Amino acid sequence: MIQSRIHRGKIFIFAFLFVFPLFCMSQVPERFPKPDFQTDYTRPDLLTPTPRATALEYIDIFVLVAALSLASYFAHKQRSRRNIFLLMVFSLAYFGFFRKGCVCSIGAIQNVSYVVFNPAYAIPLTVIVFFILPLVFTLFYGRTFCAAVCPLGAIQDAVVLKPTQVPSRLENVLGVLPYIYLGLAVLFAATGAGFIICQYDPFIGFFRFGADFNMVILGMSMLLLGTVVARPYCRYLCPYGVLLNWLSRLSKKHVRITPDECNNCRLCEESCPFGAIKKPDEDVPLETKQVDVKRLAVLFIVLPVVLLGSGWVGSRLYAPLSRGHATVSLAEEILLENSGKRTEMTNATKAFRASGKPTEELFAEANSIQHNFKVGGWIVGGFIGLVLCLKLIGLFMRKRQIEYDVDKGKCLSCGRCFAYCPYEQVRLGIITPEEADKMGSREVKPKQFRA
Amino acid sequence: MSGKTLKIPIKRRDFIRRSVHTVVGLTIGGIGGILFSKSSSEEMVWQLDPNICIQCEKCSVNCVLPHSAVKCVHSYSMCGYCDLCSGYLQPGARVRDTGAESQLCPSGAIKRTFVEDPYFEYTIDEKLCIGCGKCAKGCNSFGNGSLYLQNRHDRCLNCNQCSIARRCPSQAWKRVPASQPYILKGDESNKFLKS
Ligand code: SF4
Ligand code: SF4
Ligand code: SF4
Ligand code: SF4
Repeated sequence: MIQSRIHRGKIFIFAFLFVFPLFCMSQVPERFPKPDFQTDYTRPDLLTPTPRATALEYIDIFVLVAALSLASYFAHKQRSRRNIFLLMVFSLAYFGFFRKGCVCSIGAIQNVSYVVFNPAYAIPLTVIVFFILPLVFTLFYGRTFCAAVCPLGAIQDAVVLKPTQVPSRLENVLGVLPYIYLGLAVLFAATGAGFIICQYDPFIGFFRFGADFNMVILGMSMLLLGTVVARPYCRYLCPYGVLLNWLSRLSKKHVRITPDECNNCRLCEESCPFGAIKKPDEDVPLETKQVDVKRLAVLFIVLPVVLLGSGWVGSRLYAPLSRGHATVSLAEEILLENSGKRTEMTNATKAFRASGKPTEELFAEANSIQHNFKVGGWIVGGFIGLVLCLKLIGLFMRKRQIEYDVDKGKCLSCGRCFAYCPYEQVRLGIITPEEADKMGSREVKPKQFRA
Repeated sequence: MSGKTLKIPIKRRDFIRRSVHTVVGLTIGGIGGILFSKSSSEEMVWQLDPNICIQCEKCSVNCVLPHSAVKCVHSYSMCGYCDLCSGYLQPGARVRDTGAESQLCPSGAIKRTFVEDPYFEYTIDEKLCIGCGKCAKGCNSFGNGSLYLQNRHDRCLNCNQCSIARRCPSQAWKRVPASQPYILKGDESNKFLKS
């Protein structure tokens, strides 16, 4: 008797919980008839202000082309740090504060990944241009985009006060982060889980004078760190920087520290705040070289193992990763509720139940998304494993370095080191060639100036 | 020089470099070409589907703008012009006066004007509206559902990832073409019908 009453009560609660919201949230019926006005009242129009005109987007493209060309000109032809700096300030003002940091080349990676796997999405022309153009320029002139055009780079560059050199071991370890970030960003965009680069952009809050609290804290600490570790986001996070790094190594022309020939005077040694200057090797004895070859052989053998291993780890991470997708997390909540493990409904589950969509459909969707995450996890994991191996191989296969030169991958073409070179000072007419030659042999500080 | 034997002759290295450069250049060009074929010259903008929205109030606080780009709009073609408006008055408000304490809108953004007996017109002052959707919830639950939320494109920055979209519990947000930037209810929806 009591049991059945409880049962009836349960049914009632159930009906109330599920049917009532269904009733009020499904397409609302016309509860009150539309009035027939006797007076000459006319219904006002619903105003629909239009988005920013497409023509203005073309201005953005124009500014981008102009800025990239100027940056390359300043870095290669003029070798002028001052002009690069001024252009950087302009880019910060235009792409950062005026255009509020959107859309940027870094974020465009995600639109590109998204369109590949979601053919229904028509990718806007501006986004393509912002993605492709800096890559093309980098393939020809090095990372001049980073030097003077990227607003994220600019805001960090503006706070470089007392840069310190990061120990090379730490640098090597941290240098893997951008690859992981790139892999995850592509994975999330491709599966439709969202654009994490935009979500965790630490500086966008400054451009818009507002963001949520956590992001403001993150941005602040990033800038604070940036006063002593120059451009931390660029060097240890930026996923677009990964692509630029690859292309810059292949660049047709790249800035060099000296306009002439390096005489190993060491004056520029500490001048790069980003640790992008390669020092000449001390002569390596023959034996170590052979040891290196042996190590290399071992590496080639373990390479497939590392690839498979990290691929496997990546695919195993599908459960926590796929929870970043709204559909999967919704399905998990529904599952919890249906199994009675949770009694309180969330807004999301309420909305889902009100929509009248069958649960099986949701679960099927969630399953296929999880499957995508598994496959994607293999690929991303394998990619990161490959990067690790290549980095190790790179450590053993270093090209012989006989003079001071920029590391083409890491160098941002910012032009800071130019003025340290005595031959640059000759070029600028500050000192005579004889003085410059002497500087090489004696440890004389050149007359220094900085923009 | 100890490593002489390992050195690749300069000429050959140059050749390899140049070929790799060309191949990569062509690859980028190819990617660009494919992307262009999938592109539209039109921007995509964010909009919320009012038929899915559950008026959870997240829209008012999650926009990157200090004052959300989402505002309430009113479909006059659907409105019953009720005296006892469930979007305007607090539920259970006994007196149908226009005092702030009996209004549903926390910022007093809805203006009520007498049209003719027994009809009242409700208009929204967007400068005051904070996009909380309280009125829309009221109207949707007990009225015709003529009050609803929309992302207003004179304010929206069109972020690459809308920060409301990813927090919306009902997944009501989507990218729409810039030429059809609103998802409207009632007769007004004809405004953006594709011809
Ligand atoms: S590394 Fe990334 S964030 Fe830094 S300047 Fe280059 S593109 Fe911008
Ligand atoms: S131009 Fe010189 S200072 Fe600037 S990043 Fe390159 S190596 Fe460093
Ligand atoms: S977040 Fe989504 S459900 Fe909540 S009010 Fe906005 S559109 Fe509606
Ligand atoms: S796109 Fe940006 S500005 Fe527009 S509603 Fe979303 S968060 Fe707000």
